[in-house]
Amino acid sequence: MDLTIVWAFIIAFAVAAYVVMDGFDLGIGILFPLLPVGTQRDQAMNAIAPVWDGNETWLVLGGGGLLAAFPLAYAIILPALYAPLTAMLLALIFRGVAFEFRWRDARHRRFWDAGFFVGSIAATFAQGITLGALVEGIEVSGRAYGGGWWDWLSGFSLLTGASLVAGYALLGACWLIFKTEGPLQLRARRFARGLLPALLGAIGLVSLATPFVERKYFERWFDWPGMIVTFPMPLLVVLAALAAWRSFDRGGDAAPFLWSLGLFGLSFVGLGISIWPDVIPGRVSIWQAAAPYQSQLFLLIGAGALIPLILGYTAWSYWVFRGKVGEQGYH
Amino acid sequence: MTDADTALLLARCQFAFTVSFHFIFPAFSIGLASYLAVIEALWLKTGNAAFLNLFRYWLKIFAIVFAMGVVSGIVMSYQFGTNWSVFSDRAGPIVGPLMAYEVLAAFFLEAGFLGVMLFGMERVGKGLHFAATLMVAAGTAISAFWILSVNSWMQTPTGWTINGQGQFVPAGSWLEIIFNPSFPYRLVHTVLAAYLTTALVVGGVGAWHLLKGRSSPEVRKMFSMAMWMATLVAPLQIVVGDLHGLNTMEHQPAKIMAIEGYFESYPDGAPWIMLGIPDDEAETVHYPIAFAKLGSLGLKHDMNASMPGLKTLPKRDRPPSEILFWSFRTIVALGFLMLALGMLSLLARLRKRLYDWRMLHRFALVMGPAGFVAVIAGWVTTEVGRQPWVIYHLLRTEDAVSPIATPGVGGSLIAFVLVYFSVFSAGALYILRLMGRPPHAGERGETRAPIRTAGITPSSALRGLRPGPETDGPEKNGPEGGGKER
Repeated sequence: MDLTIVWAFIIAFAVAAYVVMDGFDLGIGILFPLLPVGTQRDQAMNAIAPVWDGNETWLVLGGGGLLAAFPLAYAIILPALYAPLTAMLLALIFRGVAFEFRWRDARHRRFWDAGFFVGSIAATFAQGITLGALVEGIEVSGRAYGGGWWDWLSGFSLLTGASLVAGYALLGACWLIFKTEGPLQLRARRFARGLLPALLGAIGLVSLATPFVERKYFERWFDWPGMIVTFPMPLLVVLAALAAWRSFDRGGDAAPFLWSLGLFGLSFVGLGISIWPDVIPGRVSIWQAAAPYQSQLFLLIGAGALIPLILGYTAWSYWVFRGKVGEQGYH
Repeated sequence: MTDADTALLLARCQFAFTVSFHFIFPAFSIGLASYLAVIEALWLKTGNAAFLNLFRYWLKIFAIVFAMGVVSGIVMSYQFGTNWSVFSDRAGPIVGPLMAYEVLAAFFLEAGFLGVMLFGMERVGKGLHFAATLMVAAGTAISAFWILSVNSWMQTPTGWTINGQGQFVPAGSWLEIIFNPSFPYRLVHTVLAAYLTTALVVGGVGAWHLLKGRSSPEVRKMFSMAMWMATLVAPLQIVVGDLHGLNTMEHQPAKIMAIEGYFESYPDGAPWIMLGIPDDEAETVHYPIAFAKLGSLGLKHDMNASMPGLKTLPKRDRPPSEILFWSFRTIVALGFLMLALGMLSLLARLRKRLYDWRMLHRFALVMGPAGFVAVIAGWVTTEVGRQPWVIYHLLRTEDAVSPIATPGVGGSLIAFVLVYFSVFSAGALYILRLMGRPPHAGERGETRAPIRTAGITPSSALRGLRPGPETDGPEKNGPEGGGKER
């Protein structure tokens, strides 16, 4: 069996799991300044406090897994994206500590709330830039990054950065619809109605731009057999968006979140179709970057046993904290 | 200095800075997680509310330490790639899976159960909550296992071969890689260091409240438990440290030469240079205070054993004695002070004066942060001591760095320094504030758990969990206060 393909899917799964779980979590940070100081902010924070830590661990798995399974890709991509990744790490520090610090220092709560917002939006924007720069292609020379300091900066990467901000903010709003009630939920529904069109516009722009940043993508999407996917794709996006829109007003409180995830899922599949089977588009394939068979196999044994277990206890933790977040917190 | 040299130096500074800062948190959280598990177990066993109060008191501190450990740890997992890409490419097939095991087996376990540990007592009941605490504690220990295996492999690499792309790949058995020669010693030494560090902090906090005349059952318990740890673990740690040193002598003699200031070779018994000023340029130790033959006695347990010096190595292969000489003496001095604290507290305990011998409390208070200084000095010794290699004798540090330019690394280093100092100083301040208040009856846990509209937890599971009336003004920082402020 070709373990390289298995590992490509495991890494893709880790990235997807990260987006599913940390996306709403960062999104709430992005929406944070739009919430009135006081109960609603506290509620929003409480809707993620018990789980943010586990959510962020998927990011570590994405990085660590890439090093283990595709060391060459890790060694080229990370220096190429030095600036946005460093910005993301620093931003994550601010938002991560805000979860604790805002409760410990009432006098500076405003400051840590601002840190939570800036950290969340900067981390999201940096992740979007990272994605855009990767899709655009990275200069490789030998077994190392061969480009310059600012290569990651382009109109396209700024567009993907902004798109991800809109996307995570939508996930955040939908999570609030799911986990809260009353005035905060009403507010979140309003946010979602504004964010969904923004995200759709962003998906449209990125989809239109992608075939032109790299000729290969164009061929992928507009030659046989890629067209089988190309044509239904916009239709599916529109259908998911319509379903999401309808769910903002009626239906279960979980539906908006699930339909928004559907939009992310479709975008993710689209991305996969564009770059497969490369890990650095147009330069390095998954097989060129792959770790040797012994490394792949050794880690696969652990991943096969542990990932289901992790999903199990993560689900349990969400189950323990299920239901709506009250206004009163603990007592 | 060429531009590449500057970039290399800055990359090294950045790694040293971020990893040193990061390690402070796990050094504390590894010990604290186990301590919390022990006091929760004692509470479940005895039903004594003082243990629950202690648990909740330290849990709040643990939450802050843990959060800072997580965010500074994520930085590390990316920095191997951003700054040390050649190392990542070449050593990835070996160190990558080990680090991924750390993520899968440890990080998820800690993070997955942390929410329940912090906020879930009233939801899951005592038994499951204790299980969650145990999982978090186990996670911290498993994390230490894997990351120290990685570090030890870089110090004493075994079980590798080189493939066609110049990468280090497993030669056969992964066990040979994981259990490389320095790993068992480093693991035990580091985990004991974490326990000792935590015990000193807990003891220091207990001593502070005893000095302030707040001798509650909670304060006495924390002080007594911490002093037991000092009494038992400090001597054990000195023995383990000696064994670790003998192991280093065997596999990395250059590190020992630099630690001991041996520039010359001593064919029939090396002196012990207790103090002096090592000078790498002049290849000597100025103003030495030395004792003949004691060096060989200590290092090889034989007075007349021969001991080669740094001059037997080309200059570019030597680690800097100017740093190692001092970092090592810092550890030893602190180690013996910890031993003294352990012994004095035992004496006080035997004479039934543990809670009212103020000199002991002052000593314990001063020793509160000593563990952190010792662990950082320890890592400086072992990491600087393996220079100029990143993988010992196989890959030089200068050859492992990313193709990055000076302005970029300089900029990121400044950003890390500014952010770490401001954010983590604030965190340290909040921790000190929490420590400055004594634990009290009816101590509350993390006070802002999300709550469901309808409760389903059986009331039997809640017996004994409800905190008493809140008395501690400044601690009213839960959501209930949020809406009213300003």
